[in-house]
Amino acid sequence: MTYTPDKPAIAARSDELRARIPGWGADLDPADRPSVPRERFDPSFAGAHWEYPEQQPEKWPRERSVEHTQLPPVFGTAQPPKGLSGAIRKYAYAKYSEGQAAHWLLLIAGDRVDALESGVRSMLTLHPDNPITETGVVAEVKRHGLRSRLGRNRADVKHHWMDPFIVGAPWIAGGAAAYLFLRRVGRRR
Amino acid sequence: MRAMVYRGPYRVRVEEKDIPAIEHPNDAIVRVTRAAICGSDLHLYHGMMPDTRVGHTFGHEFIGEVHRVGPSVQNLQLGDRVMVPFNVFCGTCYFCARGLYSNCHNVNPNATAVGGIYGYSHTCGGYDGGQAEYVRVPFADVGPAVIPEWMDDDDAVLCTDALPTGYFGAQLGDIAEGDVVVVYGAGPVGLFAARSAWLMGAGRVIVVDHLDYRLEKAREFAHAEPISFTEHADVVRHLKHLTDGLGADVVIDAVGAEADGNLLQHVTSAKLKLQGGSPVALNWAIDTVRKGGTVSVIGAYGPLFSAVKFGDAMNKGLTLRMNQCPVKRQWPRLFEHIRNGYFKPSDVITHHVPLEHIAEGYHMFSAKLDNCIKPIVVPTAAA
Repeated sequence: MTYTPDKPAIAARSDELRARIPGWGADLDPADRPSVPRERFDPSFAGAHWEYPEQQPEKWPRERSVEHTQLPPVFGTAQPPKGLSGAIRKYAYAKYSEGQAAHWLLLIAGDRVDALESGVRSMLTLHPDNPITETGVVAEVKRHGLRSRLGRNRADVKHHWMDPFIVGAPWIAGGAAAYLFLRRVGRRR
Repeated sequence: MRAMVYRGPYRVRVEEKDIPAIEHPNDAIVRVTRAAICGSDLHLYHGMMPDTRVGHTFGHEFIGEVHRVGPSVQNLQLGDRVMVPFNVFCGTCYFCARGLYSNCHNVNPNATAVGGIYGYSHTCGGYDGGQAEYVRVPFADVGPAVIPEWMDDDDAVLCTDALPTGYFGAQLGDIAEGDVVVVYGAGPVGLFAARSAWLMGAGRVIVVDHLDYRLEKAREFAHAEPISFTEHADVVRHLKHLTDGLGADVVIDAVGAEADGNLLQHVTSAKLKLQGGSPVALNWAIDTVRKGGTVSVIGAYGPLFSAVKFGDAMNKGLTLRMNQCPVKRQWPRLFEHIRNGYFKPSDVITHHVPLEHIAEGYHMFSAKLDNCIKPIVVPTAAA
């Protein structure tokens, strides 16, 4: 027991496990484990034939963390920043380091603005957002939505009823604040 | 080409996009034959990861055929059947030179705290991912490997993240012979971590989740003792009881940012995004492990702060170990284990979803419908 020196008998014997479980103990020796030790100096292991890679061309001023002293040699070029969300994102990168919560909170705010902007923009195209197909909610019918949830003692099912209120609350609060602000501005005029 | 695109929280669709171009001399363009939806993709899908842009194509688990190569590519040929680790990495920066490929400093302008990951937001470098017909693969001489002829596609795609991450999580635990190992989370990564714990000599492996069908899989696939945390008012106390009051020697958090089981934590993170992640599993791990034990974290969390019980970790003298998995380092040994029959990765696959139906695939996986454990995405041309 825990109050005396010996470890309590709470595990199976090794010979029994070796007989029962395929591969038991194959990596018993830490030397056989590929990430032991954690750091192992070997720049050639992965196949690189450079010490420092060639630089990928920068086609627009690529937003980057202020903690980088230079643009890394390779980077993703998907979805350049645009619109109001792009301005928020560029500001978050230019102004705040990764150590400041404002950096991440602004990026999350940019994501919400991006979703709104993109939704509005899609209305002006031949392919507007479709909440039925894009949420995949049809799977509720095709993939046994009720049977997957009822009588299964799932933790998430217990708070399903309040999820829409919780998710909707910040949007309702934000809308109410915007309404009150605009009403006050209107009255001053 | 056809590609999955993100349209906002809980919404994705398939759109026409340009086939990616070679943007760097060591790029390759890979025609995707299999991709997977990962549990960590759900953090993006639910809008939890900062700088997830509308139009982004997710997918960091994929395999395919080499379609084009840049002028400096030496190690791949057109038509090669390749698996691509989820890490984008250069191979020679300070961190890569030491084997920390998941911490590469040369591939992510958006952050220094995280390396590059395919299809995982701009916080992870702004690379479109593999839930599409084609994908750009930077540093093609470094990341991808030709898939061994004896390995089938479904096994290969799970070698790009889920299997190596689980295996890596067990290694982070520094498991010694006879150790009691508790794994929180019976998703694919947790199942692989539990199975890997035996390879390292564990004497007892317990898996905790709340989904009955996944716990059954933990029993059958990972030879583990399953425990549903919804059947116990206090799962930590139950685990202490099972270990005669000692606690587990090693606990692995294979849940990450959207852990359920504590309403306040879950709501403030998964729903209101006020935390980088819901640390329910991590806090349970800290409380479950014995004093002086090791907690291994392979569940993914966002970069914002989380309400972690750090005082308990300090007072108990714990070793906390964690990282994104450096996948390529795991492959040679993992391939041996697969050939020896110690792993059959595709045993955790439950669904194959055509790319055109990916929105339904995401909803099914997110809502845990139809006993879904691991959905594989199949592009139309590869079906």
